[in-house]
Amino acid sequence: MIHLDYILIISAVMMFAGIFGFLTRRSTLAILLSIELMLNATDINFAVFNRMLYPEGYEGYFFALFSIAISAAESAIAIAIMINIYRMLKNISVDELQKMKW
Amino acid sequence: MFVILAAVIVLSSIATVVTKSIVRAATYLLFVLLGTAGLYFLMGYTFLGSVQVMVYAGGIIVLYVFSILLTEGGKDEVFKRKAKDASWAFLLSLVGFITFISVFLTHGFKAAVLSAPSETANAATTISSIGSNMLSTGENGYLLPFEAVSVLLLACIVAGLLIARKR
Amino acid sequence: MELSFLILLIPFLSFLVLGICGKWFSHKVAGLIGTCCLLAVAALSYSVAFEYFFQTERTAEGVLPTLVPYNFTWLPFFVEGLHFDMGIMLDPISVMMLIVISTVSLMVHIYSFGYMHGERGFQRYYAFLSLFTMSMLGLVVATNIFQMYLFWELVGVSSYLLIGFYFTSLAAIAASKKAFIVTRFADMFFLIGILIYGFYCRSFGFEFNEAGFAQGSFMLPTALVLMFIGGAGKSAMFPLHIWLPDAMEGPTPVSALIHAATMVVAGVFQVARLFPLWIQYAPEALSIVAWVGAFTAFYAAAVACAQSDIKRVLAFSTISQIAFMMVALGVCTEWATGHEHVGSLGYMASMFHLFTHAMFKALLFLGAGCIIHAVHSNEMSAMGGLRKYMPITHWTFLIACLAIAGIPPFSGFFSKDEILTAAFAYHPAMGWIMTGIAAMTAFYMFRLYFGIFWGTENKELHAHHTPHEAPWTMTFPLIFLAAVTCVAGFIPFGHYVSADGQLYDIHLDWNVAGTSIVIAVASIALATYIYMGEKQPVAEAMQEKFQKLHRWAFKRFYMDEVYQYITHRIIFARISKPIAWFDRHVVDGFFDFLAWGTNALGYQIRGLQSGSVQKYAFVFLLGIIILLLIMIL
Repeated sequence: MIHLDYILIISAVMMFAGIFGFLTRRSTLAILLSIELMLNATDINFAVFNRMLYPEGYEGYFFALFSIAISAAESAIAIAIMINIYRMLKNISVDELQKMKW
Repeated sequence: MFVILAAVIVLSSIATVVTKSIVRAATYLLFVLLGTAGLYFLMGYTFLGSVQVMVYAGGIIVLYVFSILLTEGGKDEVFKRKAKDASWAFLLSLVGFITFISVFLTHGFKAAVLSAPSETANAATTISSIGSNMLSTGENGYLLPFEAVSVLLLACIVAGLLIARKR
Repeated sequence: MELSFLILLIPFLSFLVLGICGKWFSHKVAGLIGTCCLLAVAALSYSVAFEYFFQTERTAEGVLPTLVPYNFTWLPFFVEGLHFDMGIMLDPISVMMLIVISTVSLMVHIYSFGYMHGERGFQRYYAFLSLFTMSMLGLVVATNIFQMYLFWELVGVSSYLLIGFYFTSLAAIAASKKAFIVTRFADMFFLIGILIYGFYCRSFGFEFNEAGFAQGSFMLPTALVLMFIGGAGKSAMFPLHIWLPDAMEGPTPVSALIHAATMVVAGVFQVARLFPLWIQYAPEALSIVAWVGAFTAFYAAAVACAQSDIKRVLAFSTISQIAFMMVALGVCTEWATGHEHVGSLGYMASMFHLFTHAMFKALLFLGAGCIIHAVHSNEMSAMGGLRKYMPITHWTFLIACLAIAGIPPFSGFFSKDEILTAAFAYHPAMGWIMTGIAAMTAFYMFRLYFGIFWGTENKELHAHHTPHEAPWTMTFPLIFLAAVTCVAGFIPFGHYVSADGQLYDIHLDWNVAGTSIVIAVASIALATYIYMGEKQPVAEAMQEKFQKLHRWAFKRFYMDEVYQYITHRIIFARISKPIAWFDRHVVDGFFDFLAWGTNALGYQIRGLQSGSVQKYAFVFLLGIIILLLIMIL
């Protein structure tokens, strides 16, 4: 017996783990990892709502699918930027990247 | 099976954000993603699960590991977080979590139970129906987002090359 | 007549062209443009005058009609019947003024060619001259008081610009400011007078509006007196005369223009223009004009006797002569012409004197300009014995001195005689006072004349720099004006300008004329005795004996010091300072506080804009959770 609530709790744990990581990590790559966590949590929710509440529908399914594609794109660009920054500044820690701030 | 998956996901996701080494964090994230794929398989969404494994586990995580090693993979991330900041963030996350959970629990989803792989769900998510839906312009058609995502991915390829190339 | 609007337009265009594009012209071109424009204006003025005086039909009563070739409503007011017109009005005095202004201005333009030769800002100078001429011409042809006021202020502005022409000299700046502020102060009264007049009479015209007047008959004399204060400021009547001597800081041709044809006669002209109102509704108030004029004439003549700067002597003589004109207007008691009506003689006499005075005063100033040009000094001590070096200047100057002293057959004699006759008709005391002042005039003018052309020569200075006659551009105006001065007295002036417009034959009252000639000759003889010789023992002795009096007169009876005291000690210290304090601390303080408060607040909250994404995300999430909780609970 797998209740919908159980899966929602799992995704909520993932979500807030991601938020906590986003708020506390200093390395930008670690922050990106946290963002992946949050995206994954939402994907699970989309899929599970589709599966359990509207089994004949497609919307949640396709949302999850496209979300995966977009997160792939996002991480590719983000990593390219990080590598570039690291090459220039030898550093990717958020609280020390202040060169373009003022 | 569900219990094992749930335990892996919960523990790994927490470990991802509290571990000190960033390489280790990426590894824990891999477990989380694989667990998620397992959940999809459990729901009967085999295509979604395999996409999850291929794109996330196979592609993105590898990309992260590469970039970590390219930038500062050698040294462990030193947690310079101030205790005060971290505790505030923790408190906020905890309050948010409790709020979410209370919303979920009071909403009465308890009725919805994951039964054995249902006929309707399986019929809706066969590879052929996904493909025809993806490329149709009808009521359940997703041609426009599909094309948009394809353009986005193309743009990402070009931009990724452009940004990361050596000058 | 149809072309009369060009009289205003041409100098205005000349001002615009020279003012805007002047710096690309050479001096010669700029001067030629200005002079040619003025030549055209003068020609137009003469043709208008010719047409007006000789070809216009007189009305049945033999009166010259008042023509209004152009008039349009510029600004209508909401009050019924009140509107602000712009136009051109031709009547005997305005046409007479057109001749005076354009002639003198033309002479000044020609003269300036030589006088301002090679000066920096030559083009600017000509632009301002054009503006000055234009505003004065506009003033005299105004169809209503408001238009007059407009051009009146323009005259003030352009005189400010011209007096301060040498803007690198501190004295010139101070003088121009003084002239502007003092006349502005007087103009305020003029404006108040105009507004009272407009309010009660429902008209800004010079013709009287009986219907509107019924409401406030007592206000009309008030309005007229207020307007007279404005005129007194421009005409340098006694308490407001202080700007005029200082105005000598401007270039000398400008002084000639200010003193002869423009600016100072504006006040006289204004009183003359409003004279029908004065004589009909405020005849008692006219005595104010008369006595203010008489006192000013005396005061200025007394001061002129002691000055050593030749331009200042001339300045005070102008004040005195303008006051003569004011007196002539003030002593009028009735509004009709004819030999039995001597009560209105003063009006004609005043205008006649204005005409002749403009010519010989311009001549005097231009002559003084030649002298200053030759010896590079304003002080009489640098002069003396110049008659050998500058024959033309000498003779023309002598003619002008004789004219102002009232020696026949020069023009000043005729006009002054009319004024004296009018004064005697008013009151014998006034007549004798004015005769005495005329004698003083003769005395100080010949003191000046002998001081410049005879007397002790400053050999040391002249050996170092030999004075020489001025170039022809400067002597031509002198000769021209001298010729006019010689013949102007024989113009049958009463045929053209008289109180109610009817023909009036000037006739000499030999009692008055004889007295004034005798007195004038006596004064000249006295001046000759004292000042002609190489050595001047009498002058020195007198200076010794009346040391205190001389000193007082030399210091202009300390009027400037009185003003200084009043403005600085009383007005500035007691009134302006507290106002300034209030402005600086309360008004400014409030706005400073606003600025400071915003600034401080910005400093306080700028820490929030740290640029740290994580902090933003934290606050964002906090907000979302709080909203969520609110919606749940």
